[in-house]
Amino acid sequence: MKTKMMKSSLLLGAGILLLMSAVSWAQMTKYQEDQRLNMEAHVGKYTGHAKDAEANYRRYCVGCHGVEGDGEGENTPWLDPQPRNFTLGQFKCRSTPSGTLPTDEDLYDTIARGLDRSVMPIWNQLPNQDRIDLVAYVKHFSSKWVTEKPGTPIQIGPEPEVTADRVKAGQVLFQKLECWKCHGVEGRANGPSSDTLQDDFNRPIKPYNFTEGARPKCGSTDRDIYKIFMTGLDGTPMPSFSDNVKPDEAWDLVFYLRTLQPKNAYNEKERAIAKQLGLKPIDPNVPLPASSGGQP
Amino acid sequence: MNLYQKSSVVLSSVVLVAVGALMLSGSVSAAPPSGSSITGTIKLDGTAPHQRGIDMSKEPSCAAIHKDKPATMEAVVAGANGGLANVVVYISQGLSGNEAPMSGDVTLTQKGCQYIPHVVAVDASQHMKVVNADSTSHNIHPQPTKNQEWNKSQPPGSAPFDVTWANEEIAVPVKCNIHPWMHGFIAVVKGPYGVSDDNGAFTVPDVAPGSYTLTAWQETYGTQTQKVTVAAGKATNVDFTFKAK
Repeated sequence: MKTKMMKSSLLLGAGILLLMSAVSWAQMTKYQEDQRLNMEAHVGKYTGHAKDAEANYRRYCVGCHGVEGDGEGENTPWLDPQPRNFTLGQFKCRSTPSGTLPTDEDLYDTIARGLDRSVMPIWNQLPNQDRIDLVAYVKHFSSKWVTEKPGTPIQIGPEPEVTADRVKAGQVLFQKLECWKCHGVEGRANGPSSDTLQDDFNRPIKPYNFTEGARPKCGSTDRDIYKIFMTGLDGTPMPSFSDNVKPDEAWDLVFYLRTLQPKNAYNEKERAIAKQLGLKPIDPNVPLPASSGGQP
Repeated sequence: MNLYQKSSVVLSSVVLVAVGALMLSGSVSAAPPSGSSITGTIKLDGTAPHQRGIDMSKEPSCAAIHKDKPATMEAVVAGANGGLANVVVYISQGLSGNEAPMSGDVTLTQKGCQYIPHVVAVDASQHMKVVNADSTSHNIHPQPTKNQEWNKSQPPGSAPFDVTWANEEIAVPVKCNIHPWMHGFIAVVKGPYGVSDDNGAFTVPDVAPGSYTLTAWQETYGTQTQKVTVAAGKATNVDFTFKAK
């Protein structure tokens, strides 16, 4: 019975609010805007405040991401890839499952890291406080940050030692999970589905080419690569594989992917093992052994 | 509790229920399935537009499944007697909000690099199973506007996904990026619904007697609505006709 009363009073309250908003809708949205400017972000010991980021946003971000945060800045018509539309609350680089909001730290890392092969530069020259304030500002553009909580970050255990067995198991996974359909048998981004890929806005998009030496968009470390295929890049064709790859197997795939890259700061061991094994690119026409790894 | 307390509790309950009923318009108890339903046929007036054939040569395992009868697009699927398939029929106005949820699970199967059914309807309270019956990987990538978007890989032989939807949305497009011709729709409905079969026939089960607005949605032709009064204990007939464009 109490709930009933609460419901009725809630309804009454809602009715009054509706009336108020009918009187002045513009004021209501201004009110919401002000409310959202109270948005905070938390990374380590830092607390970011959206209000404090307004000047930096207008100075550094507005040209591409736009006054409204909708990715419609004055540079946008000339950009490919297009700037992120923050009002959708959808982000590529996350430590959280597909379909959930990223953590504040994910956004903070993206701002610091920049996005390779786009015009989004590295912003780590900005003081930490400024960057965390900008994270809060990015969040204030979407009501999702009011109605939803970020996803629970996936658990990434300690990285095991790279072994020949793990590299080989990773190669089996690469074939079995059909990574090659888009990324190609040698990781050259020339798989059979590569030329028809589109992002969520039906714009053509290319898969990552492992052989070019470019940094993956969401980070270069082993843990970053682990995160990329275990959470997916939302808004792009890259799905999450976490339902069908066990946490330990994921490292095998990371190690194999390293062998496809040219020499970099992270893949010395993997490349040496591949050389020693005389590892050849996969042949999708040769069926995998029945007992191969990666069985879901 | 003495008699006086009891009666005052009863009295105040009655008053509260009356007020609550007024404010919430009949949300007091869940309407049990009444045995009454809405049935009918969706017709297509005119000739269905040509549905382009699909070249699946990039995915030989799927092309082999369709080698006798090539797969085509399914934007308009007309049956033999002018019936129109894959039309979602649901109640858009008049529900009390306390209808018994549709029973059972709904399954969306990926087979022959197509979605079966091409249009699936699911109650917001139902679970939807997503099955990969192919020997190739698919990525399931719904692109909703009122629900959360996600994108997950489902390799051959892997367990079905169990999916639920928070918000009504008619309808959520779903696609597979690996096989760009694959697309379908997931209609997330609140309350009872039906989807027309190849003859255009549909049934919306367990509708309590009363007056409703019934909406029919077709992916190419959009929506149509009709008022319907459902009688107790029997099937009420409602037909829709979409004009071919």
